[in-house]
Amino acid sequence: MNTEKNIKTLLVKKPLKLDCGKTINNFPIAYETYGSLNEKKDNAILVFHALTGDQFVTGLNPITNKDGWWSYAVGSNKSIDTNKYFVICSNVIGGCLGSFGPNHKDPETQKVFGTNFPVITINDMVNAQYNLIEHFGIDKLFSIVGGSMGGMQVLQFISNFPDKAKTVIPIACTSSHSAQNIAFNELGRQAIAADSNWNEGNYNSKDTIPDKGLAVARMAAHITYLSKKGLQEKFGRKLQEREDLKFGFDADFQIESYLRYQGSVFVDRFDANSYLYITRAMDYFDLGKQFNGNLSDAFKETRAKFFIISFTSDWLYPTQENKDIVIALNAIGADVGFVEIESDKGHDSFLLDVPDFLSALKNFLDKSYIEN
Amino acid sequence: MKNEFKVIAELIEQDKKVLDVGCADGTLMKFLKDNKNINIRGLEISKDKVQKCIAKGLTVIEGNAEKDLMQFPDKSFDYVVLSQTLQAFLNPEKVINELLRVGKKAIVTIPNFGYWKIRLHLLTKGTMPITKTLPDEWYNTPNLHMCTIKDFVHFVKSRNIKIFKSIALNNENVSSINDTNLGVKNLYADLGIFLIEK
Repeated sequence: MNTEKNIKTLLVKKPLKLDCGKTINNFPIAYETYGSLNEKKDNAILVFHALTGDQFVTGLNPITNKDGWWSYAVGSNKSIDTNKYFVICSNVIGGCLGSFGPNHKDPETQKVFGTNFPVITINDMVNAQYNLIEHFGIDKLFSIVGGSMGGMQVLQFISNFPDKAKTVIPIACTSSHSAQNIAFNELGRQAIAADSNWNEGNYNSKDTIPDKGLAVARMAAHITYLSKKGLQEKFGRKLQEREDLKFGFDADFQIESYLRYQGSVFVDRFDANSYLYITRAMDYFDLGKQFNGNLSDAFKETRAKFFIISFTSDWLYPTQENKDIVIALNAIGADVGFVEIESDKGHDSFLLDVPDFLSALKNFLDKSYIEN
Repeated sequence: MKNEFKVIAELIEQDKKVLDVGCADGTLMKFLKDNKNINIRGLEISKDKVQKCIAKGLTVIEGNAEKDLMQFPDKSFDYVVLSQTLQAFLNPEKVINELLRVGKKAIVTIPNFGYWKIRLHLLTKGTMPITKTLPDEWYNTPNLHMCTIKDFVHFVKSRNIKIFKSIALNNENVSSINDTNLGVKNLYADLGIFLIEK
């Protein structure tokens, strides 16, 4: 996987003080853009990716040779129309697709960081990405958009930079990771740690990766992205290329085979240490706590227009957690719209072809842009 | 736009902040936004209708007035509008109290069950009345607590709620209701519109 030639990076010279207390400087942010920035620089949309996403939002991802993770929503004439808007997305710090992360070399020791990389937070991620806005000379973004961990970044961004976005769209997310969210992330981390190849995070030097642990982490997480009904309808108890049960531990059921496949393709594109760092950042996320338990205070400085979207079958970041954000915004009289989209596709709905979602997103953006 | 909305719009001054509870497809909201520069929000229970509002560029929250009005601070709107839905709530009194808590004033419209056509229908046919404003059968109507204009006036007075304006609507015909003509309006109007405050 030689990634370097397809990755645009911004080298951030300004020091960034992380929540953990450490300061980083001269660090790279890998990013991609789509569409073009207009003369007034008022058509830029910053998209934030989820846990395992990257900067390649749409079109062909040159690293994986697959469609970008949000190809349904972003592109020519799509919800986030690249004929109209200038879309920017960057790989989060802690990630593994070019931004400063645990697979980078520590300039002091010239060794790969591994778990010596500082623990980062959602706050650190958005503070790092803010440098891109300055890089493009954009005074105010037309919109900031993201689902799942991307939505958490949206919330943190507008809290940190209240006058830097006109519209704010957190999708299928939460303002604070629940015990259940943390539990599933811990399961993934422990699966990685249980793989002897992980070796306390020092696997790069051995040239062997903890692929089995990372695959199990992905399999467990993948279940949380789908709904029971969706799984039942797609797989039920269907058998995998066999007439009957084999009375063994091979993948008898299609669902088993599917999960194994999801695990195996994931390890080709994702770094196990990055998985640890990013899930940790999500677990540490508690926006209300940053404001002494009053979530409304996180938004009191902004005049931005919010649009919050949840999905009926999302049990990872259920509607109520999205509504709690709406309630916090209404408590301070903020301009906030909210819709819960009917879908059987679980948390993953925001990534998939869910027409009601895609049209709501498009209508909100396009109407807001006209009034801009 | 229906006459009811024109009357409601006339009750609201320019540049105010308004919440439309049960805003449906946003027709009234759009009119108020475009013609009176109203800072307008909607609350709507139907997903389809919320989508229609979004397509019009309106700020709407999907939700249920009986549960979701709670989240708005006291007197955070100049006006709260409730058009022809009071009778559909499990607890209309609670909703009225919430409207008057959230809004400095509330505009409530009710389909008048005292309208002569309704009375006549029940009297002559002996079946539950079906009219233009009340088109559903008894078994599928969303209306749980029908009332007449007189009932509503008695109710608000008993709760010490101030009535600023009472308007009777009969198709295109708009007239004001007062203590002396209440009985007549209760017979001839199919809709009552009330501007109230507590």
